[in-house]
Amino acid sequence: MSVLPYLVAGWIFLVGLYGLVTSRDLIHAVGCLAVTQSSTYVLLLAVGYRRGGTAPVFADAPAGARVVDPVVQALTLTDIVVGATVTALLLALVVQLRKRHGTVDPDRLSELRG
Amino acid sequence: MTRRGRLRLFLLAALVLAAGYAVACLDLPPFGGDRHPYGDRAVHAALARRTANAVASVNFDQRAMDTLGEETILFAAVLGAVVLLRRTAGEARTEPEPARVSAGVRRLGLALLPVALLVGLYVVAHGNVTPGGGFQGGVVVATALHLLYVAADYRALERIRPVSRYELGDAAGEFAYTMTGVCTALAGPAFLANVLPLGTFRALASAGTVVLLNAAVGMEVACGVVVLLATFLDQAVEIADAPGGPRSADGAPEEEPT
Amino acid sequence: MTDVLVAVALLLVAAAATAAVVNRDPARQAFVLSFLGLSLALLFTYVQAPDVALSQLAVGSALTPLMILLTVRKVTRGSAGGPARTAGPGRRPDRGTARDRRPRRGERR
Repeated sequence: MSVLPYLVAGWIFLVGLYGLVTSRDLIHAVGCLAVTQSSTYVLLLAVGYRRGGTAPVFADAPAGARVVDPVVQALTLTDIVVGATVTALLLALVVQLRKRHGTVDPDRLSELRG
Repeated sequence: MTRRGRLRLFLLAALVLAAGYAVACLDLPPFGGDRHPYGDRAVHAALARRTANAVASVNFDQRAMDTLGEETILFAAVLGAVVLLRRTAGEARTEPEPARVSAGVRRLGLALLPVALLVGLYVVAHGNVTPGGGFQGGVVVATALHLLYVAADYRALERIRPVSRYELGDAAGEFAYTMTGVCTALAGPAFLANVLPLGTFRALASAGTVVLLNAAVGMEVACGVVVLLATFLDQAVEIADAPGGPRSADGAPEEEPT
Repeated sequence: MTDVLVAVALLLVAAAATAAVVNRDPARQAFVLSFLGLSLALLFTYVQAPDVALSQLAVGSALTPLMILLTVRKVTRGSAGGPARTAGPGRRPDRGTARDRRPRRGERR
């Protein structure tokens, strides 16, 4: 249990990369990139966890309570929203590719005129 | 390189990476361990500045500069998507026909819309006290607006969503964040330092500039996501190739790809 | 007890991620990504991170799958040579081809 979260994060990363490498559809590739990004969130939050700790919000907890690490949570939560908008930018690129080259297959794209 | 060659190369690299990573994992501090030096210092600083939500304190007070960078990435991504998905020569805008929506869906959607909007604004406003903040609340507000698309139809959505105003709101949010930083630089010690009065712990008006920066980010994220969804919906629902096929940038018809 | 919950949530996330990659059709993948977003939000709640869980829930279960589905519609629609005939928001399927009713360049409806 003490290394399970780190191993799961590594697995998700490699699975996402495998999907990226073997993808035949650029939209599927963008989805696999989103999966790879989520592996970093799991790793960051696993590093910050403290057994017996509660959320680092003192709205109802006393000021000296045992809390988990807030720094990694701050990193992760902005990353999630920004990652989604970058995914949107990539999807816009895929739409443009489809309009210009008529295909979204990455293997066929390299054969067409540059 | 063939597909099989690429796959074999990837599997080899993945094996090496997995082995190295597994060995490194055994040396990491165990999951749930007690030693978090940065976390303890961050919580101590958050409580000293009377911010109940330590995560919001880290995001908007202790490391506010990084959040400015993240917000700018979001702004740039929305800008890029809008530029890429604009209607070009050779495309026509068609009027979408209304679809039939069942009365139950319509009633539920219209009843939930103000509730969801209120919850989103609540999450933005209480970001310095309870879990929440500009990023989360902004996305909730933006997706709440699109309940109208689900409950009614695209034309109703277009009526409550004049895109140019939301583009203005997006830019205004980014501008407000930067301006707050400039004002604190002029008035006090540094760019984005916390110079406003810190208020009472656990009250809505506490933690100084965190409230202002939260509101700026909330506005920017909400307007940015609405603009993003508007460009995608436009492309999927309204814009199509004009009769005569796609044209290149100078108006001449393009040849079909083989 | 929390350890068991965290372990179950981790395995669920790993399974959902594998399913998201293995589903090659982008429209199906969008729904599996939505489920992945939900399980990630569950995991983040068990690891005492409510801010992150809120963020992930809003973004991962609604925003990203919606944009993927809209891109799929735009990409497949273009390949049919005109607006799709399938019923979807904003289209009625039984009134002849939309191409005949589209306004020509410069013509008003």
